[in-house]
Amino acid sequence: MNAIISLDHVGMEFPAVDGVGTVMALEDVNLDFRENEFVVALGASGCGKTTLLNVIAGFLSPTSGQVLHKGMPVGGPGRDRGVVFQKHALLPWLDVVENTEFGLKLQGVAARDRRTRARENLALVGLSEFERYPIYQLSGGMQQRVGLARALTCDPDMLLMDEPLGALDAFTRENMQELILDVWRKTRKVVFFITHSVEEALFMATRLIVMSPRPGRITHQYDLEFYERYFESGDARTVKSSSDFIRIREEVLSIIYGEEVGE
Amino acid sequence: MAAILDAFRRRSPQAVDQFGAPGRGKSTAISAVTIAIILGGWWIVTQLELIRPLFLPSPEMVIAKFNKIACTEFYFEKLLTAIGIMDEVSAVCHGFSEHTLHEHILWSLYRVFGSFFLAVVTAVPIGIAMGMSRLARGVFDPPIEFYRPIPPLAYLPLTIIWFGIGESGKLFLIFLACFAPVAINARAGVRSVSIEQIHAAYSMGATRNQVLRHVVIKAALPEILTGMRVAIAFGWTTLVAAEMVAAKAGIGVMVLNAARFLATDIVFLGIVVIGAVAFVFDLIMRKIERTLVPWKGKV
Repeated sequence: MNAIISLDHVGMEFPAVDGVGTVMALEDVNLDFRENEFVVALGASGCGKTTLLNVIAGFLSPTSGQVLHKGMPVGGPGRDRGVVFQKHALLPWLDVVENTEFGLKLQGVAARDRRTRARENLALVGLSEFERYPIYQLSGGMQQRVGLARALTCDPDMLLMDEPLGALDAFTRENMQELILDVWRKTRKVVFFITHSVEEALFMATRLIVMSPRPGRITHQYDLEFYERYFESGDARTVKSSSDFIRIREEVLSIIYGEEVGE
Repeated sequence: MAAILDAFRRRSPQAVDQFGAPGRGKSTAISAVTIAIILGGWWIVTQLELIRPLFLPSPEMVIAKFNKIACTEFYFEKLLTAIGIMDEVSAVCHGFSEHTLHEHILWSLYRVFGSFFLAVVTAVPIGIAMGMSRLARGVFDPPIEFYRPIPPLAYLPLTIIWFGIGESGKLFLIFLACFAPVAINARAGVRSVSIEQIHAAYSMGATRNQVLRHVVIKAALPEILTGMRVAIAFGWTTLVAAEMVAAKAGIGVMVLNAARFLATDIVFLGIVVIGAVAFVFDLIMRKIERTLVPWKGKV
């Protein structure tokens, strides 16, 4: 299967904080995102996960290698790659539905059409009743759902999610994991998802990539299907407490801890 | 009745203060007491003739001067004749310095708001440009930061030399006072946009101009409005200085002329009028703020 987005020997160097020399944030990353994939990146802080996402989004241009979208080099951010941020990304002067249709408004889509498409996506994330709410009156979880609906409304080929659940409380977070998986099941967008939570990563990923810092690189990859079990049973907790889930969770944790200890 | 009383007693959930929050609680009632004490003290002191009216005129004297300069009686009788209750106006209208109070007020309003308007339409784009571009910041930063701390009285002579003693010099002086705060706040406002908001817009296909129009300017709006509030206050502060030079009418002129004749009651009246007008405008600005930027301080 052809890759929607592929990273070809991507490297990213930043000037060091002390002004002397450089820091390798990413080194020789090769990665293909194929249709129907939900790729989760996991790793300790400073392992280059967010740098990787910013490179794919086009907010950073890699210092070596390139990012290809359907074979064509990516020159900057674009509508084909939607981004969901951790926070502070919604526009508080617009209400829920106006935020959701914002991308279509930028493209000059007629008011009626964009309202219809925004409503479809708000329904998808369960916010139909909150259409006219101001952003600042929503809970953190609801704000993230608006962010997801907004990204989906632009109909991108790929969704990039930079720790979208990182600022939420534990209960909301578990609900949001299920919601995002349900949305993914219906839309089948390619997803690149960053998290600090091993459990979240294992539960959601079709493919898990484990990254390690200095230089930031991919050290392990797993093909997973715990999400399938969730789709079959609808019971996330049972999936997360099954013995093979726990076994692989401990394995991944030991990899990450091992790297930290090894420093 | 009981229900109404209950509604007064019940506090809305937001009104409950956090323990230890600095300055918690409402201060309205205390302020009312302060005002009552000041006014009451003023009245008592003048009533007992502890201070000569030259230094401190009584409230009655100030009110009487208000009626005289505002031609209250004249306009009241004019109204009565208009609706046919009186046959002709017998009261005379002198005003002060050949103008009635409302003429003085209108002249001052024209100067302050004319300059304020010019300052806003120039300073907002320049401030935003300074926030957005290195070039604009490099160009405008030195002159603005240089002139900003200089008191308007110091460059008043210069405006006379440049513009003469007509209206343009006065407008220019107040314009300068209003310009800096609006420009500086607009520039700071640009910085209050989050990088995530900008990135989100670009990844939804926004052009640079769209980001400026739909994201940056909107995000800067709360601070632009703050800048406007500061600017209008500076405008009033500079008004009297501007009207020192050959103005025929205006609240500042009224005060300055009155001081020349030791008409302390008129000086008081002028001060109260300036304070009241500035206060009313600030209330209007706050109302505009609540309507235009309801999200301020909530994100």
